[in-house]
Amino acid sequence: MDAKDQPGQPAIALDTVSKRYGAQEVVHDLSLAVAAGETLALVGPNGAGKTTLMKMILGVTRPSGGTVRVHGHDPMGTGTAALRTSIGYLPENVAFHGAMTGMELLAFYARLKGEPVSSCAALLERVGLTDAAKRRVRTYSKGMRQRLGLAQALLGHPRLLVLDEPTTGLDPTLREHFYRILVEQHTAGATALVSSHALTEIEGRTDRIAIVKDGRLLVCGTLDELRAKASLPVRIRLMVDPGTAAAVAERIGNGITLSKVNDRTVDLHCLNGDKMTVVRRIGELGQPVNDLDILPPRLDQVYAHFAGEEETS
Amino acid sequence: MKTVLVLALGEIREGLRNRWIAASIVLLATLAFALSALGSAPMGTVNANALSVSVASLSSLSVYLLPLIALMLSFPALVGELERGTLLLLLTYPVARWQIVVGKFMGHLGILMLAVCVGYGVPALVTGFQGDNGWVGWQSYLAMMGSSVLLGAAFIALGYVVSASVRERATAAGLAIGVWLVFVVLYDIGLLGLLLADGDQRISPTLFSSLMLFNPTDAYRIFNLMGSGGASLVSGLAGLAEQVRISAALPLAVIALWVVAPLAAATALFYRREV
Repeated sequence: MDAKDQPGQPAIALDTVSKRYGAQEVVHDLSLAVAAGETLALVGPNGAGKTTLMKMILGVTRPSGGTVRVHGHDPMGTGTAALRTSIGYLPENVAFHGAMTGMELLAFYARLKGEPVSSCAALLERVGLTDAAKRRVRTYSKGMRQRLGLAQALLGHPRLLVLDEPTTGLDPTLREHFYRILVEQHTAGATALVSSHALTEIEGRTDRIAIVKDGRLLVCGTLDELRAKASLPVRIRLMVDPGTAAAVAERIGNGITLSKVNDRTVDLHCLNGDKMTVVRRIGELGQPVNDLDILPPRLDQVYAHFAGEEETS
Repeated sequence: MKTVLVLALGEIREGLRNRWIAASIVLLATLAFALSALGSAPMGTVNANALSVSVASLSSLSVYLLPLIALMLSFPALVGELERGTLLLLLTYPVARWQIVVGKFMGHLGILMLAVCVGYGVPALVTGFQGDNGWVGWQSYLAMMGSSVLLGAAFIALGYVVSASVRERATAAGLAIGVWLVFVVLYDIGLLGLLLADGDQRISPTLFSSLMLFNPTDAYRIFNLMGSGGASLVSGLAGLAEQVRISAALPLAVIALWVVAPLAAATALFYRREV
């Protein structure tokens, strides 16, 4: 490693990166920076180029154009051993050698990373595989194999975690467990790049979200920033005294879109910027309104807004 | 170096675990026992001791079997890991691509050595002491074992070339069988055809033995038949080796070349591979 890491230097910096396989362009002029210690979600339809992007960051695939820097280094350059040691990767589909036990496999990867084999037991414990450590991987369930994959990614306290659809095939409990580990890593200062299709899970669990489609970065920012950019309406639901719904709807009516009215509830939506005005007006209504819920657009709606357009048209 | 060793040991451990080694040992040992039992028949009448006869018969069967074992061991090496997704993972580790090839090679070579040493060694120890073999018999038997490992190494390396050049395990398997057919069967048939076609004997014995030497399996045959004096009594082909005086080191060097060149080619192919 030549240069020392500079403070404030992004953990990952992609600058107009492109990747072609033959005539097919999988990644197109993509620029993206991930700050050190940040958790970034990479979302997008299948074949959007997420995995290719990860491979370029991991130094397995050379970009056709542009530059990739990880902690200031070219991951495809020479002398990247130290850089690689500091990265943990969980591939999307990994089938470990079935004849080996979980412990043996983890020990193998630990040796390759120059980590003491004695650290493996604690790691297996952390992902909840202690009881299965001496069983052959062939007998593992999908969730257990995924946890073994996570254990190897956590070897040697990586500064950067690259996780390709880490929660597919996991049951809700395991997913929770997985995100708990991710939070622990985040607290410890690790950067994480997580790709996922499970949008509801990612919401609130990552710092920023990057939406990728057809090898292009559509948008990147915090969920609030994405909501603002999408200018999707905020839904407001009023719970009213039985029978007064129609009257309430009539009184707030002007300038606000009513989406649904029934006996006890009134659903309306407005732009995020108008939210406070609307809430004040509702406040003036007084008694018939018992309660209200404000539902900002969810990530899946934001995602559909950015990535779904072309599919619907 | 440590990385290469970790990879090699991992390979050997897998070989022990999935009973590859056990199966190869049983196969080779059965063959060696069977042949030494058959070999007792000519021993009485011909002036050759048991081990020398074993060398002749074992080496002429090893020529078919060892390349097959070696190819079966090596063809999935890279493409199998590619399919499983472990190759991608491995490449994100501080491991260079050449280290993967060399590490796997060392591991597979270790497996083959173990199989040959036990599979051929134990039968020799059991039957060898029954007859009056002398040092010469042992020497040629040991030389046969050593050259068998070398021959296996060449086909392990050839298997990697196959493994590094295709994307699917099934394709690699087909190609591996093709490699075996060409080197073990078709090449010799071609040479025989050449001889038959060559009515006016324009092909000199030197050219012919050079052509023969070029093939690692024939080089192995020549080495083992000329190595044991007794063997030439029971094998007609050895006459050829005796006709053209060559040093015993030459066939070994040819096989060694067939180890190094494919290994280099496989590494080069592997570096160009998109994972």
